[in-house]
Amino acid sequence: MDAQPLLELTGATVYFGADAALDGVDFRLFPGEVHSLMGENGAGKSTLIKAITGALPLSAGVLRLDGQVVRFGSPHDAQEVGVRSVYQEIDLLPNLSVAENISLGVEPRRFGMIDWRQMRDRAGDVLADLGLDIDPASVLGRHSLAVQQLVAIARAISTDVRVLVLDEPTSSLDTDECAELFRIIEDLKQRGVAIIFVSHFLDQVYEISDRVTVLRDGKLVGEYLTRELLRIDLVQAMLGRSAESLRTRPRLRVADGSSEEPFLSARAVTVGSRISGADIDLMEGEVLGVAGLLGSGRTELARALTGIDRLDGGIIRIQGSDEPIGNPRAAISLGVVYSSENRRTEGIVGELSVQENITLALQAERGVLRRISPARQRELAMSWIDALDIRPPDPDRPAGTLSGGNQQKVLLARLLALSPRLLVLDEPTRGIDVGAKVEVQNLVGELADNGLSVMFISAELEEVLRVGNRVAILLDGRVVDTVPSDDLTPDALTALVARPEPVG
Amino acid sequence: MTKVVKHRLFWPAFSLVALIVLNTVVRPQFMKITVRDGELYGALIDILRNSAPLMLVALGMTIVIATRGIDLSVGAVMAVSGAVTLTIIDGAEDPGSTSTVLVAMAVGTGVALLLGAWNGFLVAVLDIQPIVATLVLMLAGRGVALLITDGFITTVNSEPLEYVSTGYLFALPFALFISVAAITAISLVERRTALGVLTEAVGINPEASRLAGVRSRGITFGAYVLSGTLAGVAGIIYSSNIRAADANAAGEFIELYAILAVVLGGTSLVGGKFTVAGTVIGVFIIQTLKSTMLFLGVPSAQSPVFFAAVVIIVVLIQSPRVHRIARGLTGGMRSRNLSAHSDAEVAA
Amino acid sequence: MNASTVTATRETVSRHTRTFLDRHASLMPTFAAVLIFAVLLIGAQIHFGTFLTPLNMSALLLDNAYLVILAVGMTFVIVTGGIDLSVGSVMALTGIWCADLLASGHSAAVVVPLIILAGAAIGLLIGVLVQYFDVQPFIASLAGLFLARGLAFVVSLDSIRVENESVLWLQTTRWRLGEWYITPTGVLALSVALIGAFVMQFTRFGRTVYAVGGNEQSARLMGLDVARTKVAVYVISGVCAGLAGLVLTAYSGAGYPRNGIGTELDVIAAVVIGGTLLTGGTGYVLGSLIGVLVFGTIKTVISFMGAEQAWTRIIIGLMLLMFIVVQRAIVVRAERRR
Repeated sequence: MDAQPLLELTGATVYFGADAALDGVDFRLFPGEVHSLMGENGAGKSTLIKAITGALPLSAGVLRLDGQVVRFGSPHDAQEVGVRSVYQEIDLLPNLSVAENISLGVEPRRFGMIDWRQMRDRAGDVLADLGLDIDPASVLGRHSLAVQQLVAIARAISTDVRVLVLDEPTSSLDTDECAELFRIIEDLKQRGVAIIFVSHFLDQVYEISDRVTVLRDGKLVGEYLTRELLRIDLVQAMLGRSAESLRTRPRLRVADGSSEEPFLSARAVTVGSRISGADIDLMEGEVLGVAGLLGSGRTELARALTGIDRLDGGIIRIQGSDEPIGNPRAAISLGVVYSSENRRTEGIVGELSVQENITLALQAERGVLRRISPARQRELAMSWIDALDIRPPDPDRPAGTLSGGNQQKVLLARLLALSPRLLVLDEPTRGIDVGAKVEVQNLVGELADNGLSVMFISAELEEVLRVGNRVAILLDGRVVDTVPSDDLTPDALTALVARPEPVG
Repeated sequence: MTKVVKHRLFWPAFSLVALIVLNTVVRPQFMKITVRDGELYGALIDILRNSAPLMLVALGMTIVIATRGIDLSVGAVMAVSGAVTLTIIDGAEDPGSTSTVLVAMAVGTGVALLLGAWNGFLVAVLDIQPIVATLVLMLAGRGVALLITDGFITTVNSEPLEYVSTGYLFALPFALFISVAAITAISLVERRTALGVLTEAVGINPEASRLAGVRSRGITFGAYVLSGTLAGVAGIIYSSNIRAADANAAGEFIELYAILAVVLGGTSLVGGKFTVAGTVIGVFIIQTLKSTMLFLGVPSAQSPVFFAAVVIIVVLIQSPRVHRIARGLTGGMRSRNLSAHSDAEVAA
Repeated sequence: MNASTVTATRETVSRHTRTFLDRHASLMPTFAAVLIFAVLLIGAQIHFGTFLTPLNMSALLLDNAYLVILAVGMTFVIVTGGIDLSVGSVMALTGIWCADLLASGHSAAVVVPLIILAGAAIGLLIGVLVQYFDVQPFIASLAGLFLARGLAFVVSLDSIRVENESVLWLQTTRWRLGEWYITPTGVLALSVALIGAFVMQFTRFGRTVYAVGGNEQSARLMGLDVARTKVAVYVISGVCAGLAGLVLTAYSGAGYPRNGIGTELDVIAAVVIGGTLLTGGTGYVLGSLIGVLVFGTIKTVISFMGAEQAWTRIIIGLMLLMFIVVQRAIVVRAERRR
C-alpha cells in the first residue's frame, strides 16, 4: 500500500516502573482497513491500544494522525479527533438511558439545556443503523450484556469516527450477534473508517481483518497481510516457539460410558428459567466437554451442579447419594469443586498472596480452628507452584499481580489442593495466552488420567472437542445430546450447537 | 533502613513516638510516673486508662472494616448498654452489691451483643450495604437509650461499678486490663486460628471466598457481633467513669474516632488486610493528642479542629499523589516511570 | 368487550408497564416516598382531626427549610457515590460566624456572601481531598466535620443572638394566601430544590454527576470531566450547608455552636427515604425534598401526640430500614430474573 497511513505510531515505548510494556513498536493503520492486533496476554496489545486512545501517555515515540504529530493527554483528546474505542469490559453507565450512553459528552443542547427529545431521536437513528431494536429511553442496565456491547459500539460510531478500536468485542456475543457486528464492521470499512480489531478467536481474525500486526513481549514481531499468513505461522509468531510443542498429548484412555456407574448423575435439573430439565452424567476419569452458545445455560448448569445456586427442581446424585447440595461448602465436602469463568471477581483474592490463595479452600474446609501451619502452607504452595509451573514462582507475591494464565493456575491449585473427585471448570482458558491455554488443557487430561472427573466448559468448540472424551450439547437450558468427541469434527459440533430446535 | 520505613507500622509508630517526645519536651512531667499507695499515677497512665473505651470500639471496628464493612452504630450501642446497665443497677435494692453490678453488666453486654447481631443480620444475611445497615441503629439506638432512661440522665452510686473505670489491679488501672484482654484475645485468635486470613479473604473478595467454601456470611456476621459486644463493654466503662448513663453524650463521635484510629493504624477502609497492632497505636495517638490539648488549655469543644488537621495530614501522607510528588522531588527518571505506572492503573 | 380485546388491552397495558419500568425503574422509591408522605398526612388527619390545616402545612416547610437545603446538596454528593458528613457542622459554623459578624456590626450584605463562601471553602477542601488525594469521601468529609465543629467553637463557645433586621426578615416575613403562608426562608428552600432538580436533569454537569455515580471509570473514558464534577458536588454541598446556616440562624434568631449535631444523619436518612441510592447513580433532588417532608411530618406527629422526641429518630430509623430492605428485595428480584 502506497497511501499515507491514517494513523502511524513509531518507536512507541511505555514504561511501567522499570519494565517496558511496549518497546519501540511501529504500527500503522490505513483508512478503510480492519487491522488485527495479535499477541499473547502481556504482549503489549492493551498498552498499545491505550497509547493510541490517549488512556496512557507514551514514554517515548511519536503518534501521527494524517501525517501530523499528535499528543493525546486523555481519552477525551483522542475522541475529539475521531479516535474511539470499545473495550472488552463494557465501559458504559448502567444507570443511565441508552440514549444518554450514546450521546454523553456531546449531548444535543438547546440554550445550554440538554435536549432530551433530540438526543433520543439521534440515538434511535444510530441504533437503527446497527439493526438494534430497543427503546433509546430505556435504562441501559436493564438490557443483556450483548445489547450493552452493541450500544457501546453505537456510541463509538455515533460521532465522526475515523479510527475505531474494538478490544475483544465479541466475547459476550453469540453467533448471530457476531455476524451482525461483522456486517457493521464491513459497513464502516466502506465508509473509510480504520478499525483495530483485537480478539482471541483466530477464526474471527481471519474472517474480518485485512492485516495483522503481531506483538510479543512488548516488541513488534511483524506486520502481515492476513490472506498471506498461514494460521500456523501466526500462532508461531505470537508464541515465538514452534507450534509443534503446543499439540495436546494424546489421552491415555477413553471412558466407556455404558458399563460404569456414573460419579455424578443429574436428572431434570431446573434453575429459574435458564436451566430447564437438564440431565447429565459424569463418569470417573472422564472429561466431559460442555458445548453451547452463550445463554444456553453453560454457567448456570455448572453453578447448579456445584451447589452455588439453589435448584428449583431435579435431583443431583453423587456416588449414589442424592442429598441436596445447599452451598459450595457442601459440594466441596463431596469432592465437587468449581472454578468460575470470572477469575477476577469470583476466583482470585487479589491482595492475598499466592500461597494464601492456594491454601484458601483447604483451610476453609478444615475450619477456622484447625489452621494449616505456616510451614505446611509454604510446602503446599511450593509444591503446586512447581507442579503447575506458576510464574513467577514466588508464593508471597499478591495473586492479583500475576498474569491471567498464572492466576488460572493458582485457582486450579486451590481446587486441586482439596483432592477433589469432580472438577467443574467454567471457561478456564478464557482470556489467557495460547501457551498457558495448552498447559491448562494438558493438565486437565492428566488429571482425568489419574481418575478425576472433569466437566470442561468452553466457548471455543475446538477446545471442547480436543479436551473432552464426550461432549454434552446444551441448548436453551437442556442437554440435548451427549456425543463421544471422536465422532465429531469442529464443524459438526458447531452445527449441533447452533441447531435452532432440539431434535428428538 | 528502607525496609524499616516501608513496614506498614512504621509511620503510625513514628507518629506516636514523635508525639510523645514532643509532649515530653514541652512538659517534662509528662513522662513522670508516681507511685501512691502502690498504685501508679501520671499522664501516661491516664492515657492508658482513658483509652479503654476507644480501644475496645476501635478493635471491633478494625475487624468490621476488614470484612469490607463499617459500623456506625457503636456510639449508639454504647449508649444503650450504659443505659441498660445503669437502669438495672439503679432499680436494684442494693446498687452497691457486686453481684447486682455483675448481672447488670452482663445484661448490658448481652443487649449490645444482640444489637451487634442485628447489624450482622442486616449486612450478612440481607446483604445490605454496611454503612446503611448500621446507620439504622445509629439513628434509632440513641432514641432507644433515651426511652430506657426515660429521657433523664440516670446517675448511680455503686462502688463495684466505679471500680471498672477508676479501680486499680496490681498497681495498674483496671480498665487497662480490659483493653489488654481484648487486644490479646483478638490477636491470639487472629494468629493462632485461620480466622485472620479468612476474614481478610472475605473482605477482599466475598464472592470468591464463598465459592472457595469460606463461610463468608458467618465471618461477616461474627465481626458485627464482636463490634457490638465490645462497644457494649465500652459503654459500661464510659458510664462507670461518669457514674451516669447519658444517652446523648455516651459515645458521641466515638465511631468517628474509632474509624480514625483504624485508619491511623494503617488499615485501609476498603477492607481486606488489617492490623490489630496498628489500631492499638492509632488509639494511643488519638488519646495522647487529647491529653496534649488538655494540657495546652484548648477547650475540649475546640479540639476537633486539631483532629481535623491530624486526619488531613495523615490522609495526605498516605495519599499516592503525595508519594509521587515526594519522589519527583528526590529522583528524576524513576519517578516519571512510576507516575506513568499509576496513570496506567487509573486507566486500567 | 370480547375476550380478545381484553387480552389485547391487557397486553398493551403490560407493554406500557414494561416500557415505563425500563425507562423509570429508578423512580419507584421516590413514588414510594410520595405515597408514604400522603399516607402519613391522611393518617394524621384522621387521627387528630386538625392536622391537615394550612397553618400546619406552612409550618412544615418553615421548620424544615434548612433540612431541605442540606438535603439538596447531599443528593448531589450521594448520587456521585460519595457522602458528606460535614453538613451539620458546617451549618453550625456558618450559623455562629454569621451571628458573630452581625453582632460586631457588619452589614448583612457582606456577611451572607462571606459565610456561603466559608461553606464552599470547606466543601472545596473535602472535594480536593477526595478527588486529588484519593481520600475516601467518608474520611475526607469526616475531617470537614471535625474542622467545622471545632471552628464553630473557636468563633464562640456560647450562643450569640441576632438583632440584624434583614436576616430576621428572612424568618419573620409571612407572605400569605388565605391561611397559607410562606417565609423567605421557605422560598429560598424551594428555590434551591427547584434549581437543584433542574441542574441534575437538564445540564451536562448534572448528567455527569449521574455518570460518575454509575461508573467513574467509564465516565472518564467517555471523556467527561470527572475530576471537576467530583470536586464541584462537595462545593455545592458546602454552599448549601452555608445557606442552611443562614436559614437556621434566622429561624432560631441566634447562632449556636452546638447546632446540627447529628443533622448529617437526618439529612442522609431523608435523602435515602426520598429514593436516592447510597451506592450512587440514582436519585432525585425532588425526592429528597419529599424525604425531608416525611421526616418533618413524623416529627410534627410525635409532638402532636405529646410523645418523647426520642421516638422521631426511632421511627426514622425504622423507616430507613424498611426502605433499604425493600430496595434490597427489588435488587435481588431483578438479579434472579436475569
